[in-house]
Amino acid sequence: MCCIPLWAVHSARTPAKEIFQLRQTIIIGSGPAGYTAAIYAARAKLEPLLIASSVEAGGELMKTTEVENYPGFPEGIQGPDLMMAFQAQAERFGTTVVLDDVTALDLTGEVKRVTLGNGDVHEALSVIFATGSAYRKLGLEEEERLSGHGVSWCATCDGFFFRKKTIAVVGGGDSAMEEATFLTKFADKVYVIHRNENLRASKTMQDRAFENPKIEFLFNQTVERIYGDETVTGLGLRNTVDGTERTLDVSGLFVAIGADPRTHLVHGVLDINPDGTIAVEGRSSRTNRPGVFAAGDVLDPTYRQAVTAAASGTVAALDAEHYLASLPKDLLATAIGEATPDAVPA
Amino acid sequence: MSNAKDVTDASFQADVLDSEKLVLVDFWAEWCGPCRAVSPILDQIASEHSDKIQLVKVNVDDNMEIAAKYQITSIPAMKLFKAGEVVKTVIGAKPKPALESDFAEWLK
Repeated sequence: MCCIPLWAVHSARTPAKEIFQLRQTIIIGSGPAGYTAAIYAARAKLEPLLIASSVEAGGELMKTTEVENYPGFPEGIQGPDLMMAFQAQAERFGTTVVLDDVTALDLTGEVKRVTLGNGDVHEALSVIFATGSAYRKLGLEEEERLSGHGVSWCATCDGFFFRKKTIAVVGGGDSAMEEATFLTKFADKVYVIHRNENLRASKTMQDRAFENPKIEFLFNQTVERIYGDETVTGLGLRNTVDGTERTLDVSGLFVAIGADPRTHLVHGVLDINPDGTIAVEGRSSRTNRPGVFAAGDVLDPTYRQAVTAAASGTVAALDAEHYLASLPKDLLATAIGEATPDAVPA
Repeated sequence: MSNAKDVTDASFQADVLDSEKLVLVDFWAEWCGPCRAVSPILDQIASEHSDKIQLVKVNVDDNMEIAAKYQITSIPAMKLFKAGEVVKTVIGAKPKPALESDFAEWLK
């Protein structure tokens, strides 16, 4: 088998347009993990190519506002500004950033092949896979149809349209708290719906939401139905304790119930854990395929913070350097970028 | 920066509804990251099909009337107008091949 076929959005496959010279390393993903891997790999003179995606470059932080827990920014920093800074730092040391999507991957041989949406094929001796995670959906019948018509996954994008409205956020983690708090800038009333009484969100984020007079928590409730013809008009809720049902009139629903690792490109090729993350060896970033490394949320079922993702990107870059140093010198010599055996701690 | 014309509440009738050409309207805002991401892709599609469609932009911050009229609750929202009527709506930033296939019928 040569290539893994890709996903749904790429209905039209373009024939290979150009095949580029072999590289030391290609990084797939442009969140904190991908860019940090690129900073390390670039400083090690590997001249990495980073495939950033066409419309999601910068990853999840592009959709957030204030980031207050990234070290080094005592006053906080806007998510998009942080990601622009990551990119600039990666480029400063010689990373080439490509705004396109990976449509197929061949990770089986010593030379890995990465096919892009525009048909270009890039080859490298190592690949760092840092594709992050994708929003989880509720799995309700009307969710897809009303998506963009009151159902949203991005408060910073869509909150503006709910001025003086009553809306709901479903979820109990940091992102649900952040969205709810952010949405009170626009909405008159924000319900936070959570299936039990234990929020996963950090204490700071919880307190901020609890103190906000526009936010009301509805604990032990699940969203069973979304009502609305053209746009959302209400929700059907079920009480998880006594099973009672009720209707909640809202004109918007923001879904913040977590995310799943984005691994569709590597199914059947890389070992995947039962929780959906990519399996790696111990504390390393090494997958079951030699020369293929994983970083960031795609391998992390637990922490999933910008700073842990960044750290994970560092691990992957160092592992990749170490792997490259073990390859035959004549093979390395054919690839763009230098890999020097003594550059990396073993 | 996009070369697409900025359309306002005041000019929407003349620039979009009365246009003889197909008009692709991109509802966007400065603070919307996905809008910025999809903008150059729309520019490319429009320039590759300039004989068929014209791309214009509506800044929803400045033109809330039109945004409300077309019930925009999520951006980027792209609406294709033919003879004053919406014939296709696409919501959310998508890769170029996905947008091309969404609008394929009108780009032929």
